[in-house]
Amino acid sequence: MAGYIVLGTGFGILLRSAGYGLPWAFAMSTLIYAGSMQYVGVGLLSGGVSLLTTALTTFMVNARHLFYSISMVDRYKDAGRYKPYLIFALTDETYSLLCDGHAPDQAEADRYRFFVSLFNQCYWVTGSVLGSLLGAVLPFSTAGIEFSMTALFIASFTEHWLNTKDHIPALTGLIGTLLCLIAFGPERFLIPAMLLITFVLSLSGRRKGAAS
Amino acid sequence: MVAVMAAVTFLLRALPFLVFHKETPPYISFLGKVLPPAIIGMLVIYCLKDVDIFRAPYGLPELIAGLSVVGLQAWKRNSLVSILAGTVIYMVLIRTVF
Repeated sequence: MAGYIVLGTGFGILLRSAGYGLPWAFAMSTLIYAGSMQYVGVGLLSGGVSLLTTALTTFMVNARHLFYSISMVDRYKDAGRYKPYLIFALTDETYSLLCDGHAPDQAEADRYRFFVSLFNQCYWVTGSVLGSLLGAVLPFSTAGIEFSMTALFIASFTEHWLNTKDHIPALTGLIGTLLCLIAFGPERFLIPAMLLITFVLSLSGRRKGAAS
Repeated sequence: MVAVMAAVTFLLRALPFLVFHKETPPYISFLGKVLPPAIIGMLVIYCLKDVDIFRAPYGLPELIAGLSVVGLQAWKRNSLVSILAGTVIYMVLIRTVF
């Protein structure tokens, strides 16, 4: 998976430019293992926010994993000794690889899923380490490399937008967060934004439910 | 801090396996559908929170590079290409033009 190596490398360079070296890159990619969250995590680490903000931000950024897990509950049911690692390693990429993969027979399927998950993480850790080393020796300044995170989310946002006709959730996220940024300032707007988004979307969902 | 991020991430992934043995409540499935695009939108704003549109260069490098990402993504549908090209465009812009 070239994608995981490249994104991992970007993460390693970014983390290095924030002043955190190789052990940090290795530890984060091994222990957290969540692509976009680790990009956000670089900002959290260097921004010196509280542990509560860290926990809440992680919760909101990774809340989508709840739904990956929900759709895998049946598939991973009999995975036995593989199960804990399968659950730990259920990232966006692994999920998208495994959610439509066909299962020949149960024992084979569990081994197959285990190795897909494991190789994905190896690529990710390799990329991070590579990026961290590269960031230290690159002959030119890496100023602006942090835009790779912005680009990652903009690309993902565009992809979501193109895949659906219902743009209310996307617009709620964008406009709601912008309003909270203006109202609360750049240091304290994330938590209000998360609450506002959940609240507005719940309301809109209820109205749609009542109408249909 | 790394430990907190790791713990919350794993908890989120494990929770459904502990709670939903049988079926998923409709409200949770609903949130599962609408939250991801909203959170991605939030993260886009989060990344751009320190851009000052009232002072030179008025957020223009971010705007140009960001629009390139949107355009490339709509055209090629390849996230890797969009991210790499957008980042390179941004890095070139802040060095040469602005």
